[in-house]
Amino acid sequence: MAKYLLLKHYRGAKPIDCAPMDQWTPQEVSDHIAFMGKVADDLRERGEFVDAQGLSPEGTFVRFDGEGRPPVTDGPFAETKDLIAGWMVIDVDSVERAHEAAAYLSSAPGPGGVPIREWIEVRPFMEEPPTITE
Amino acid sequence: MEQLVRDLTPQVLGILVRRGADFAAAEDAVQEALVEAVRRWPDAAPDDPKAWLVTVAWRKVVDAGRSASARRAREERVHDEPAPGPSEDQDDTLLLLFLCCHPALTPASAVALTLRAVGGLTTRQIAEAYLVPEATMAQRISRAKRTVAEQGVGAPGDLYRVLTVLYLVFNEGYSGDVDLAAEAIRLTRMLDRASDEPEVAGLLALMLLHHARRAARWSASGELVPLAEQDRTRWDTDAVAEGVEILQAALRRDRLGEYQAQAAIAALHCDAQTAEETDWPQILEWYDELVARTDSPVVALNRVVALGEVDGPYVALRALDAVPPEVPRRTAVEAWLHERAGEAGRAAELYADAAAVATSAAERDHLTRQAARLRHS
Repeated sequence: MAKYLLLKHYRGAKPIDCAPMDQWTPQEVSDHIAFMGKVADDLRERGEFVDAQGLSPEGTFVRFDGEGRPPVTDGPFAETKDLIAGWMVIDVDSVERAHEAAAYLSSAPGPGGVPIREWIEVRPFMEEPPTITE
Repeated sequence: MEQLVRDLTPQVLGILVRRGADFAAAEDAVQEALVEAVRRWPDAAPDDPKAWLVTVAWRKVVDAGRSASARRAREERVHDEPAPGPSEDQDDTLLLLFLCCHPALTPASAVALTLRAVGGLTTRQIAEAYLVPEATMAQRISRAKRTVAEQGVGAPGDLYRVLTVLYLVFNEGYSGDVDLAAEAIRLTRMLDRASDEPEVAGLLALMLLHHARRAARWSASGELVPLAEQDRTRWDTDAVAEGVEILQAALRRDRLGEYQAQAAIAALHCDAQTAEETDWPQILEWYDELVARTDSPVVALNRVVALGEVDGPYVALRALDAVPPEVPRRTAVEAWLHERAGEAGRAAELYADAAAVATSAAERDHLTRQAARLRHS
């Protein structure tokens, strides 16, 4: 088993032409969100679900600025086109299965019930080192 | 009481399944019986805890029976059932392991079901050990039980699949409250008592010989310590002695297999008081034996390491060409061979490359330190 992060980005360029979500019909919005819930439920049912979180789009960049000084805050940076909308963490048997789950997540419906096919970034977690390596 | 319960769980479950109970129903019944035992035994401990559990669990199986006719048929079987003897205990353990490691299950499902049904661990303990929510692990286990129940007991068990599952529990365990390596050893011992296949003993020896080095594998600050740099006085000499003894007995039976060969390599490492005393020529012979038996590229890569020790880095680097580039740790081996060849700059680059593709943080950090060491020496 290995854990994978399925990262949902808000990307400038989508593989298919799709209006922003606030221009969808209420039903289309509801259907999209219900689908996300269904993906999580299906993963739970298969014993593969670890975590799912959405992120608020507005964030702040923070850094250390020396001992005794308050943290420096900045951003959001104008050049950052790529926002992370949220993630799912799954625990699955193979990378192929992780890709299958990501593709399923990416099949979420948009306007007219057509899958929006957004890119999902799949990142493996670092594992524990195996005991037997020789 | 916890240890007793965990020892008895698979035996009781095995008896119920052999009597014809559906696997999922039997597992539920055993869990219910255990709950009752926890409640009652402190006040009135039975003389024969196993018989008590079998009686109570069987009653629950019968109570849960779906149809009256099925129930009648089962009750008749109970009536005819002789008291289990020691050989039947062994058969029950085997039967149960075969079911939990059924070929229809994915490795992860087989691992979870084995730890639950044979290991007697709670779902929460297994979930914590594998860092997933308890509800996810509960679902994984119940799906696995359903799959096994659907597939039925009929198919002959695959011992090698059981060994693979136990190997996974030992080798890819996470940390948690439960010591999965120790649990894997306990289950493999149980299997070894029930089976006369020398590969089971080979796997048990392999586990013991690696487990023996555990205290030396990590530094006080949590860094991975490679074999050559381990403080060998911290190896568990009792575990080494036991592993070697089990291995020798297995080898005498002259039915060599991969686990025995791997254990022989581990034993040769354990034999060396210092890294310099390691009998690499003999280790290389065992790798040749392994390469002849398996097409595993991981084995081929490990053989290259031994070859480097015996014939030097140039011969080994030529042999490395035959190992596919995607094999884990190949770049780390290449870095080490270049270091041995005196090419510090090239080795540092390769260590950094190896760190970038490492699949564990501990290995990545170790490889990064190797690159840093060469660049600052």
